[in-house]
Amino acid sequence: MGEDLAITVRGLRKSYGQLHAVAGVDLDVHRGEVFALLGPNGAGKTTTVEILEGYRDRTAGDVTVLGEDPAHPSDRWRTRIGIVLQSTSDNADLTVGEVVRHFHTFYPAPRDADSVISAVGLSEKTDARVRTLSGGQRRRLDVALGILGDPELLFLDEPTTGFDPEARRQFWDLIERLKAEGVTILLTTHYLEEAEHLADRVAVIFGGAILEVSTPANLGGRAGAATTVRWLEDGQTRAVLTDQPTRTVLELAGRLDGGEIPELAVLRPSLEEIYLRMIGAAEGSQP
Amino acid sequence: MPSLTTLALSRGRVELLLFVRDRRAMVFTFIFPVMLLLIFGSVFNGPVGKTAGVTFSQYFVAGMIASGLMYSGFQNLAITIPMEREDGTLKRLAGTPLPQAAYFAGKVVLVLASLLGQVVLLLGIGVAFFKVTLPSTPAKWFDFAWLLLLGLLACTLLGVAFSTIPKTGRGAPALVSPIVLILQFTSGVFFPYNQLPSWMQHLSALFPLKWLCQGMRSVFLPDAFMYTEPAGSWELRRVALVLLAWIVVGALACATTFRWQRSDER
Repeated sequence: MGEDLAITVRGLRKSYGQLHAVAGVDLDVHRGEVFALLGPNGAGKTTTVEILEGYRDRTAGDVTVLGEDPAHPSDRWRTRIGIVLQSTSDNADLTVGEVVRHFHTFYPAPRDADSVISAVGLSEKTDARVRTLSGGQRRRLDVALGILGDPELLFLDEPTTGFDPEARRQFWDLIERLKAEGVTILLTTHYLEEAEHLADRVAVIFGGAILEVSTPANLGGRAGAATTVRWLEDGQTRAVLTDQPTRTVLELAGRLDGGEIPELAVLRPSLEEIYLRMIGAAEGSQP
Repeated sequence: MPSLTTLALSRGRVELLLFVRDRRAMVFTFIFPVMLLLIFGSVFNGPVGKTAGVTFSQYFVAGMIASGLMYSGFQNLAITIPMEREDGTLKRLAGTPLPQAAYFAGKVVLVLASLLGQVVLLLGIGVAFFKVTLPSTPAKWFDFAWLLLLGLLACTLLGVAFSTIPKTGRGAPALVSPIVLILQFTSGVFFPYNQLPSWMQHLSALFPLKWLCQGMRSVFLPDAFMYTEPAGSWELRRVALVLLAWIVVGALACATTFRWQRSDER
């Protein structure tokens, strides 16, 4: 395995009897990159990630995570990865500080407990019982526990579910700081905007197989896809789809005598639109 | 890497914190046995058997101390571990470098602490109100110690092994508590063992509680009482052998069946 690959997956399969949750997945995640796995529920996203995290066995295929097979890891392997779980109700009667300081004892070279609590924005809640936290605050605690061990590779499963926009932005800042420190991050999310903002590359998974792996800018032919040019004329919103937005805008400007074009917007298709188109096509081609 | 001892102590501390903050557990582990002792001890205060000076309350304290091992070890673990499996505690720990041994060591710390608490409480009440006497010779203290130790190991291992059976945390008490109660009734905790029908005696003799009760009686009751026991003696060697056999059974069952996660999540 190349030194620059944090994760390699070849021919991954996971079947439950006749149900093929994962049906032949190949993936590479480079060290230091943020990689987003997108797909509808039931597509095999969670199963794939749980196999990489060492939680699930696989039926077939080769998997290497930080140089080891997650099905048979060494003792040190789990000190090098961090998993941010979707929490339910564990540790409910401990305080935030107690939980973090407890997990702190598991790692040989963890981050400072109070800095981690502060990094996820829970300093004010250090002495509050976990039971009293809101959903979003619990997620922050999950993130704190995931990064506490100072991992090389971080698994984030739908990390900002339930966050308000401000909290989501703060979380993105935290991820960017981690990335700047060289942490490799594998992210699953339903927020396409989040994938666009954070990810170096994205993979779309559907029906247990990868549809495409690309950068957010190029996914689904996005870079070359038709652009929408929208403006206001004669009190009506007008829009045209064009492969040459610059030429269209220049024509418009010429027509309107070089003045400001009212409410001009040049819109590439959003990642969400591209993603939905891909999923729609994949569903349509199913037997 | 952090040492197993450090991790075991860390887990032990957290287990104790969660235990004292869990009202249900505190009530069932401490208040319930004390209530039983006070009620039974007051109602059935007459002599038991033909041995002079042995009252039922003394007999009952011995049985309740043995039961304490069942409450702290078997019942508590067989209920709380399925709850921990359901609420995600085990999954989260499984994703960390914490070795399974440290998790179990933490449970042993918890069981030991809650057991000692029960023993102090029950003996205290027994000595204060029911004329229970503390073990009279160093040999009896030694017997008390190894009975507690072997009983602790057996009940803890069986509790952990049994914890794989309840499918949900919420369903666990309904499965586990009746087992403990039935064992108590049939092993001579609530009724003198020699008054039970012989089929019941034979059945309960398969399980550790009957033997633990017998061992505790040898510690707290005068030796003259041993003649009411089925074999006419305390049979301490056999008690030890039965407990050791159950320790082996429990250890094998744990090693082969314990999982951090439900099988449908693998």
